[in-house]
Amino acid sequence: MKISANIIDKHGIKLNEYKKIIKLIGREPNLLELGIFSAMWNEHCSYKSSKKYLKTLPTKNKKVIQGPGENAGIIDIGDNDAIVFKIESHNHPSFIEPYQGAATGVGGILRDIFTMGARPIATLNSIHFGSHDHPKTKNLLNGVVSGIGGYGNCIGIPTVGGEVKFDSTYNENILVNAMAVGLVQKDKIFYSKAKGINQPVIYVGSKTGRDGIHGASMASAEFDENAEEKRPTVQVGDPFTEKLLLEACLELMKENSIISIQDMGAAGLTSSSVEMASKGNLGIEINLDKIPCREEKMSPYEIMLSESQERMLLILKSGEEEKAKEIFKKWNLDFSVIGKTTNTKNLILKESNVEVANLPLSSLSSDAPVYNRKWKKNLESKKNTTNKKYTSLNLEDSFKTILKSPNNSEKSWVWEQYDHTVMGDTLQNPGGNSAVVRVHGKDKGVALTVDSSAKYCLANPMIGAKQVVCETWRNLISVGSDPIAITNCLNFGNPEKDIIMGQFVETIHGISEACKYLDFPVVSGNVSFYNETQNNPISPTPTIGGVGLIKNINLTMSHSIKEIDSNIFVIGKTSGHLYQSEFFREVMKIYDGPPPEINLFNEKNNGLIVQKLIENKLVNSVHDISSGGLIIALAEMCLSGQIGTKMKVKFNKINPYEFLFGEDQSRYIIEVNEKNKKNVCKILEKNSIYYDIIGKTQKEYLSLNDDFNIKLSDIKNLNSLWFKDYFKES
Amino acid sequence: MKSAVIVFPGSNCDRDISVALKKFQIKNEMVWHDESDLPKSDLVVLPGGFSYGDYLRTGCIASKSKIINDVIKHAEKGGLVLGICNGFQILIETGLLPGALLRNKKLRFISKNVYLKVNNVNNKFCLNYKGKKIIKLPIAHNEGNFFAQEKILKELEDSDLIAFKYCDVNGNTNEASNPNGSSKNIAGILNVNKNILGMMPHPERHIDPVLSGDDGSFMFESLLKSF
Repeated sequence: MKISANIIDKHGIKLNEYKKIIKLIGREPNLLELGIFSAMWNEHCSYKSSKKYLKTLPTKNKKVIQGPGENAGIIDIGDNDAIVFKIESHNHPSFIEPYQGAATGVGGILRDIFTMGARPIATLNSIHFGSHDHPKTKNLLNGVVSGIGGYGNCIGIPTVGGEVKFDSTYNENILVNAMAVGLVQKDKIFYSKAKGINQPVIYVGSKTGRDGIHGASMASAEFDENAEEKRPTVQVGDPFTEKLLLEACLELMKENSIISIQDMGAAGLTSSSVEMASKGNLGIEINLDKIPCREEKMSPYEIMLSESQERMLLILKSGEEEKAKEIFKKWNLDFSVIGKTTNTKNLILKESNVEVANLPLSSLSSDAPVYNRKWKKNLESKKNTTNKKYTSLNLEDSFKTILKSPNNSEKSWVWEQYDHTVMGDTLQNPGGNSAVVRVHGKDKGVALTVDSSAKYCLANPMIGAKQVVCETWRNLISVGSDPIAITNCLNFGNPEKDIIMGQFVETIHGISEACKYLDFPVVSGNVSFYNETQNNPISPTPTIGGVGLIKNINLTMSHSIKEIDSNIFVIGKTSGHLYQSEFFREVMKIYDGPPPEINLFNEKNNGLIVQKLIENKLVNSVHDISSGGLIIALAEMCLSGQIGTKMKVKFNKINPYEFLFGEDQSRYIIEVNEKNKKNVCKILEKNSIYYDIIGKTQKEYLSLNDDFNIKLSDIKNLNSLWFKDYFKES
Repeated sequence: MKSAVIVFPGSNCDRDISVALKKFQIKNEMVWHDESDLPKSDLVVLPGGFSYGDYLRTGCIASKSKIINDVIKHAEKGGLVLGICNGFQILIETGLLPGALLRNKKLRFISKNVYLKVNNVNNKFCLNYKGKKIIKLPIAHNEGNFFAQEKILKELEDSDLIAFKYCDVNGNTNEASNPNGSSKNIAGILNVNKNILGMMPHPERHIDPVLSGDDGSFMFESLLKSF
């Protein structure tokens, strides 16, 4: 079959890229080979637009065991324990088919974790939807939440945290970012790099079907008006099989049989075989007749490009096949020796003993195109001059408007659909600063969080990106953990446009700066471009997943206020930045203006002091102040502890609106009992930490001076109203 | 005291229950569904999870697995059987307990802590709940909506076979405190001889004060005490 320009185009390959293929392999590729190039050279697999910048991220410190480039990142948490974690996007499939898209997003990221020998201990997610009144939003939200729950609940790994946000830039491009975390013994980590020639290549797991063909290519292009036609490119998940695969793999890993292992994720058998062999600088030969197929007469093209789920590729030590086969038989999974490693440095595919593809592995990996795309600095969002009008607004009403808004509503409608307590180690449930999961059988735990602030990032990608890293850090500090490292999921529009590429470049810059300053390296991640439909890109949305270590779980801190008559401190200076605040956006409908600045020096100092106060048992509860400002953070603390607060504040330099709703960064609210008050003040002053004491805790009411006095039960009702109304539930 | 936890493909609370049993010094053994004989045990636990992926109907395929015959024999001889969540669903499918577990009323998975009224403390599972009428345990299920014919419900009530009922913090059992639509707010039931307990809530997840509760501990202490 002659490869026409039309076929090349349909594979998402540009003409100059096709020329490069011919040059690399010295001939025209056949259709199967073109499909393989398409799968390996698309943005999703090759990182061709982002590679140049990703290299600039800090990826190491003394706790990092494995940085980017493997299935997931790994950090050392002491006592031969290590944490494996990564976040990944499944945006495009979730928009086309929300349940399966989200479910397989969870399944895919879990495989990345247990491929490395780790037992997954938790998942988290960050999901963004269009405006709540957009006709597609309700169905998408419902589908995605049930999909995440459907997969995680069945496989039995707790979904411990996450975030749900709404904004019209996601109307036609929702985001589903899933993070998974696993626990492994430091000396029992498995990698994907192949070693040794003539070693058997094994296929295990589900059979290969015709689902998800070219899924990765689909995720590397914008949607047009016919997005729904792409439904067949979405994979279908089966968490039951994944559970069996998880147990079978972990059982085999106890033996000394595996040389290397890689899950079949995006671009399925193609990318897994290519990655394993090229990392080992070897060749690989696969006999396609040996692939377990779900359907009859599948062509080599379909087999190689299928993204059927719950499959793994293993390279075993020669002679270990029978032992391994027994384990997979016990778990009722397919097991097939499909090929071997070679010294050819080529990918060779055979069907009925005829060679159907033969490509140098370097042409698929190291020689894949890398672009230095044009980029443009984003314009500063101008300040709107109408903002002074707000002082005539009623404070209490403004607060209530924010409480009732979808973005600030309490999200138990969502997380009660996720089993967050299975495995019996969840110490802090969703809804707090970070989730806390105990290291099984030990007295230590890990703090886990996932954050994004697209509203800030759109206004200023560099400051926004810095802010997200800092917020992640703050969330980890607030539960009493020592922040260690992050994983990032970078969601953007079309990188071929200089303005989008500019957002990306500035984001990387911001993440990099914050991570360097906080010694908070990036150990894994994923880039999702082309989140754009008919020229409407999403807001730049870097999502950051953070992991911290709690050395003694008895010192875990929560954000629930603990007692009446204790003192409420605000750590960090409140100067009243209202641009991009929930107050401006939800109440005033002002969407422009700059995001709050980040001062990394203050960020670190304030955080480390809060950490120290927690360690020394000087605080009752801690919450970071983020979107919505001080009043939203304080209300959350009160609701969680069912204890109110009486704020007494004199307003000189800032007004009550700025005080309550300002989104100045690097701040925390801490609750300190009378006994510890002096000591805490002393420590804060000694370390030159700016703080205010804004009031005392009291029974069942949240009040400010004579301005308002609201019953907690009313706040709770308002805060939980939106989801119930939206889904018409009583 | 000796126990056996049956592991089906898709069970996912098997580790949790074995941790709990061990914590309370109950000597436990894991038994693969494909075995034909139970080891000598005083208590058999059918754990939570998604046995066989919930395919066909929750608990249905597991109720036909090889080991179940021996579980039934054990129960008929008066041996203790505890089915938690999916285990409860399996017990119903085997016919060891009556009724059916339908999809939750709101057709959504529910994972949260709920209050329970301990209705019957005169059985080997619940002895230690005496004087502790309202407890808190987590639920996490999609099909926990207990349904039975009026006649059966009446029998359950008359013979005092309802072990747990969903309630609020003050012990009120009503529609508002019913998370999944169960008839009579039923969260767990006993067989006539009170040696079999099926329940939707997960006692094995609340055995440590550092978790969000430890009301599950009393059940394991009761079991230990009864031996």
